[in-house]
Amino acid sequence: MEPFRRHRGRMAPLDRANVDTDQIIPKQFLKRIERSGFGPFLFHDWRRTDPDFVLNRPEYRGATILVAGPNFGCGSSREHAAWSIQDAGFKVVIAPSFGDIFATNSLEIGLLPVRLPEPSVRRLLDLAREDPTVEVSVDLEARTVTAEGFDERFEIDPFARDCLLNGWDKVALTLRHEPDIAAYEARRAVWLPRLAAS
Amino acid sequence: MPRTLAQKIWDAHVVRSAEGEPDLLYVDLHLVHEVTSPQAFESLRLAGRRVRRPDLTVATMDHNTPTRGGREAADEIGRRQLDALEENCRWAGIRLYPMGSRHQGIVHVIGPELGLTQPGMVIVCGDSHTSTHGALGAMAFGIGTSEVEHVLATQCLPQRRPRDLAVTVEGELPVGVVAKDVVLALIHQVGVSGGQGCAVEYRGGTIRALSMEGRLTICNMTIEWGARVGMVAPDDTTFAYLEGRPYAPRGAEWERALDHWRSLPSDPDAVFDREIRLDAARLEPFVTWGTNPGQAVPVSGRVPEPTTENEERALRYMDLRPGTAIQDIAIDRVFIGSCTNARLEDLRAAAAVVRGRRVHPRVRAMVVPGSAQVKLQAEAEGLDRVFEEAGFEWRDAGCSMCLGMNPDILQPGERCASTSNRNFEGRQGAGGRTHLLSPPMAAAAALVGHLVDVRQVADVIPAEPSRRS
Ligand code: SF4
Repeated sequence: MEPFRRHRGRMAPLDRANVDTDQIIPKQFLKRIERSGFGPFLFHDWRRTDPDFVLNRPEYRGATILVAGPNFGCGSSREHAAWSIQDAGFKVVIAPSFGDIFATNSLEIGLLPVRLPEPSVRRLLDLAREDPTVEVSVDLEARTVTAEGFDERFEIDPFARDCLLNGWDKVALTLRHEPDIAAYEARRAVWLPRLAAS
Repeated sequence: MPRTLAQKIWDAHVVRSAEGEPDLLYVDLHLVHEVTSPQAFESLRLAGRRVRRPDLTVATMDHNTPTRGGREAADEIGRRQLDALEENCRWAGIRLYPMGSRHQGIVHVIGPELGLTQPGMVIVCGDSHTSTHGALGAMAFGIGTSEVEHVLATQCLPQRRPRDLAVTVEGELPVGVVAKDVVLALIHQVGVSGGQGCAVEYRGGTIRALSMEGRLTICNMTIEWGARVGMVAPDDTTFAYLEGRPYAPRGAEWERALDHWRSLPSDPDAVFDREIRLDAARLEPFVTWGTNPGQAVPVSGRVPEPTTENEERALRYMDLRPGTAIQDIAIDRVFIGSCTNARLEDLRAAAAVVRGRRVHPRVRAMVVPGSAQVKLQAEAEGLDRVFEEAGFEWRDAGCSMCLGMNPDILQPGERCASTSNRNFEGRQGAGGRTHLLSPPMAAAAALVGHLVDVRQVADVIPAEPSRRS
């Protein structure tokens, strides 16, 4: 994973609550067996049916910060949702709250989910609508989101933050605890199910 | 210190804990399917890693699988995913139940059915409805593909302790009201993000009185209100369900397992961070009108006036007008299936409504058993004939029209009464409109051609005595 320290970019305002992963990436695009190439299918149905949809508007082309309503990314566990947002060029998603699995998936791939209070998100949405060229800085080290006349701190799990700042491979971190894992395995109950290979 | 069920399971699975870091949890069972795993295996191989515990991992094919015509009926990219799963399982030595196997089925149906899902276990799967397995008193949650890779490589997952939330349901369910109605009413009450960050324990007299199938339905839909884990403490219903299943412990081990399982329920004075209460006696059959599972009303109700932009959007998408009586909504399709409601008891309940009656001529209705085993058992009871004689299609096991990743999809504009768990825009096919409800309610809708209170069907269409087989 690429380390994430800070990012500066323009916003795309998606003023909707409960945007679910089926909207982010409809299932007909889940059949790929690669991790990349999902960007063109991001919000496929909305882009196709609504010419005014934010990602269809030329003034938001090149935006790298997605700002959305509460409970963004609820629904399925498909990491494809986070992949498609990242693949479409976004580095940060800002919302009042996120679906748990979506937030975890984003952190895993280096797409930063930033949780801000609803009124603050509302101000960013308004800002992006009034002036699509406005730039926002997101600083993970300082845990701040800043723009002209806007300065907010956000909370993030300190461990997740360290992983992002350093671009750590989490599997490698866990594998360092091999002795603990082996010791745990030695004391598991004997009746627990085990499968033979087919 | 008194502890909750979730806390006990958590504590028993901590491999390592360190200040400032998430706990490293051990995973007892890792369920794998074709859609969310290929990239995980690929990354694992690229990193030169292996699957640590293939013997604690099991795979099945469900999302992409056609429910008629076998593997050949899948489209080319769908087949590529099925092939990839087969190759990955062969490479790693993982037990796979492929299409055609007598244990193939929806991943959340076959876990409990095989006795792989047991009380006190930590279970994960690259699928949000993994919460289903909590019905047996396991801590089970959905994970993303990166986490799937993590578990394949280490059999562990770094996790933060969830908050404890109790949902207490008391009272006797009125006739015609079933587990699906309880959970739809609950989501309507708490909202689709009401459970974020929580491990939920469903408890109270109503839950205790439910069959294992009913508990599975409720735990399945836990993710629909944002909680990751939904559990029911193990009790005699759980033990009776498990005994004799292929992977359940036997003999002396069964006795030892029982001792352990009996120690799992929350201590009487355990403290939950929050409690939600629901009165079962006042419930009615529920139906969704919108595009998330919380947008629901009792079947006797009407499509509400929208109060938010979201609700306006939902009404537009669903092509519904506020004030319309729910029972005046005509439907084109009926889907009885999915990991929410495609177990034997669900099919029996639907068949009981259907028996001796016919599907409305305008409606295309299908029943898709949750697993190959459910299909076999249902056929042994003659349920397939009940459905087919009434005009339902009787299909092979799989996710089918729950998510429309296989040939079973809604056409744009089609309206479906569905026993699945998500009514998101386009979930069952682009432009398709979904109303979530229980299996008996779906069966009733199929017969009359519109949404209807299942309790009135007997008055509307009497069963023909000659067809009452
Ligand atoms: S039946 Fe539906 S919800 Fe269940 S695993 Fe399959 S696609 Fe997911």
